[in-house]
Amino acid sequence: MNTLNTLNTVNIAKRKERIDRAIKARCNDIYTLLSLKEISYVIAPKLCLILFIFIFPLLKAILGYYWERVFYITCLIAILAISWELLSYVGLVSLGQAFVFGTGAYISGIFNINFHIPVPFSILLASGFGALICTLILFPASKIKGIYFAMITLCIPMFFSKVIEATEIFGGTSGISGISPIGNYYVEMYFPALVLIGAFFCLRRLMSTDFGLLIIGIKDNEFSLMSSGINIYKIKFFVIFLSSALGCFSGACMCHYYQFVGISAFSLDYSIIPLACSILGGIDGFSGSLIGAFVVCPLSEMLRGFGTLRIVIYSVLLIMFILLVPEGIFSYISRKYHQIERWKEI
Amino acid sequence: MWSLLLIYGLINSAIILLQTIGFGLTFSISGIANFSYGALYILSGIITWLFLNYGFSLAISIVISILITSLGGFFIYWLVIYRIKGMPLSEVIITFSLGVAIIEFLRWKGFVTYEFNVSPILKGSIFIGNVPVDLQRVIIFFSAFLLLVALYLFSHYTKIGLALRGLSQNEQTALCFGINTELLSSVSVMLGAGICALSANLILPLGIISMDSGYDVLLVAIAVTVVGGLGSSTGLLLASLIFGYIQTATTIFLSSKWMMVIYLFSIIAVLMIKPSGILGRFKEIEERI
Amino acid sequence: MERDIILEVRDLSKSFGGIKAVDSLSLNLKKGELLGIIGPNGSGKSTLINIITGFLKPDKGKVLYKGTDITGLSPYKIANIGLVRSFQFIRPFYKIPVYKNVVISLCSDRVKRLKGGSFGRRDEVAIDLLEELGFERDSRILYKETSEIPHGYLRRVELARCIALNPDLLILDEILSGMSKPEVASIIPVIKRLNDQGLTIIMVEHRIKELFQIAHRVIVLNFGRKIADSTPEEVMQDQTVRSAYIGKAKINFRR
Repeated sequence: MNTLNTLNTVNIAKRKERIDRAIKARCNDIYTLLSLKEISYVIAPKLCLILFIFIFPLLKAILGYYWERVFYITCLIAILAISWELLSYVGLVSLGQAFVFGTGAYISGIFNINFHIPVPFSILLASGFGALICTLILFPASKIKGIYFAMITLCIPMFFSKVIEATEIFGGTSGISGISPIGNYYVEMYFPALVLIGAFFCLRRLMSTDFGLLIIGIKDNEFSLMSSGINIYKIKFFVIFLSSALGCFSGACMCHYYQFVGISAFSLDYSIIPLACSILGGIDGFSGSLIGAFVVCPLSEMLRGFGTLRIVIYSVLLIMFILLVPEGIFSYISRKYHQIERWKEI
Repeated sequence: MWSLLLIYGLINSAIILLQTIGFGLTFSISGIANFSYGALYILSGIITWLFLNYGFSLAISIVISILITSLGGFFIYWLVIYRIKGMPLSEVIITFSLGVAIIEFLRWKGFVTYEFNVSPILKGSIFIGNVPVDLQRVIIFFSAFLLLVALYLFSHYTKIGLALRGLSQNEQTALCFGINTELLSSVSVMLGAGICALSANLILPLGIISMDSGYDVLLVAIAVTVVGGLGSSTGLLLASLIFGYIQTATTIFLSSKWMMVIYLFSIIAVLMIKPSGILGRFKEIEERI
Repeated sequence: MERDIILEVRDLSKSFGGIKAVDSLSLNLKKGELLGIIGPNGSGKSTLINIITGFLKPDKGKVLYKGTDITGLSPYKIANIGLVRSFQFIRPFYKIPVYKNVVISLCSDRVKRLKGGSFGRRDEVAIDLLEELGFERDSRILYKETSEIPHGYLRRVELARCIALNPDLLILDEILSGMSKPEVASIIPVIKRLNDQGLTIIMVEHRIKELFQIAHRVIVLNFGRKIADSTPEEVMQDQTVRSAYIGKAKINFRR
């Protein structure tokens, strides 16, 4: 008896334990509606996000042109990042999101200048039409797996920008300028913001339905899905189309904001930034990309003062993030929000 | 005109071959796509230039540059690639970011004007037929040939070479045979980097060291590796010849602006139609369960 | 063309490089039969199944299902006309809960067609199906991620996934492998029951004892060729089969 006691007091082993917070466990079904505290626990993060996006443009007077521009770009990049993440859900990791971005930008510019289509419609038409073109190119490529798909997507935007440069079509190296702006400040700001919020919540909803199940299934195990009678080609087509539409929308908005579009729309920047957003934010449910975008873009704008060094800092940060915090900021924050950690004796 | 095409086509093929072997080697052996390849290319040129400026002779500068770059490759594997797990394509993204960081850093540091060039090993030129060819290019051509022979002997007759071939066939089986695959993978990256440095020191003297050529070299290497097919050295040779002649023909008959377009297009087209390349050994296994 | 024959394979051949995996194979399958396919490893069993279900294209030959030529059709189309298979190397969907594996099958076009639109919640139908296969309704196992459940359950989930599609012909590729005796003993009656209810079944197996207890007919493959095609008893006596595969042991039959 005595020896047993001394043994117990000497070897106290501890382990870290993570359990869901009590309030999370209570919030799992409809009874959440009974308590204000629980409702706010569930809604708070999303409400903060929506409020932030809505209120920000209204503060124009205080924040000035610089931050207005940052906000606009951030919304566009966030949409691009979400479209990238959607593609990654069917197992297609694209290193060429600049392709959909540039296509949207060019088509919207061309519609506006050559066909005199007024602004809001040119953006919408560019999204649809651009999505069609992008899907026609990306869909056959989607049959190829993994790293080869990445290489193909890396090369596609470069290819188009070099072709434009060599053939001098669509304005060549000087690009298309004189594109009409949206005009009304509020419409300009809220259009992408609303689309961002809409896309974000709609996509989350989509992923939680059975259709979302099929989408995840494609990435997981295509053969099993096919032998369960699911037409994976139809699903892939749909996902690629949706993702391209969002990306083209983002590009189209950009060309109207700057009133210019050139081959810089196909530049590597626009391929790497959505990647960086998702890596930073954590790939899991589109929130990661969103938060990543709101961190990466302002940072990138602030770094513009450094000139070329900006890209160096960027790349180094990206590398460090992949190595050190692979789960991303958002996973970390959400873990803290939903779970408590404590040391427990074994 | 045609003799120009013939001779320079051959020489350009040799240049392309030299530029690609390093990348293709690493990719075929250990499946690691080292996208910082272009950056290492430029870096070794800059290192040679630096040492030349410190007063070292050309030969020693070249040797040091190759050594440093190889060590760089070795460390890239252990510090960066080795730690990546889970995320798809993380090695591509991370090596590419590393490459971008290196190239843009050098650009920021100011290595961009015409002063930065490495002198060729031999100056002067000879005439083949009625076509003038500078001696540097002749050296390049023979170096490519010698390198191929050396690599063949290495991979077939030395222990490390054989182990590397085993690794390229099947990593897990190689492990079972007691081959230290991690160390070997780092050796393959190191080898690739070393050959890259060698080729850089031979080829860069032909012009100035330009940062953008770092990205171009990477794309050329990818194109040739993809078109030629993984794991096939004959494929590499064949693809280099094809691209060499296409490049020369384009420069002579069209404008050089189209060169990159052709490289990019060939990558996309080949990957879409036959990802294993012309002579690749690793066929698409999408149908086998 | 007899109305009874649900599957006909004519002169099927497939080579990989220099190896003939399947060599001029022909077979017939009547509705309601339970056919066993046995043979040593490498005899072409899995290749045959892959060709029938559309994952491989044959070099020569045809596959006819209910009279229509389905050679080379895409696997999902084949599954949608009622020819369903399970996989030898299990590949469930690892990151989703167990019952969702079955829900996925319920999302297919075939189920939509047969049950007419969304018929009640798919989740509930999935859980009902799993219950029939021996999972307890309220057990937490159904809600765990597939990567966390014991291996023995995975085959039953696979079976559930197949049955959810309401197949007319079910091909089970080594479904008994990796199962312990009690697990086998509990699943064989389920398969037999499905067959009695009218489902035509093909079972590719190595576990001959259990297979012979329920199979109506057995086909033996060796080096891509059919070396025997008759009832289990006759196959047992066949000399070629014994020397190629079964050996000299005797198996007692109890039907």
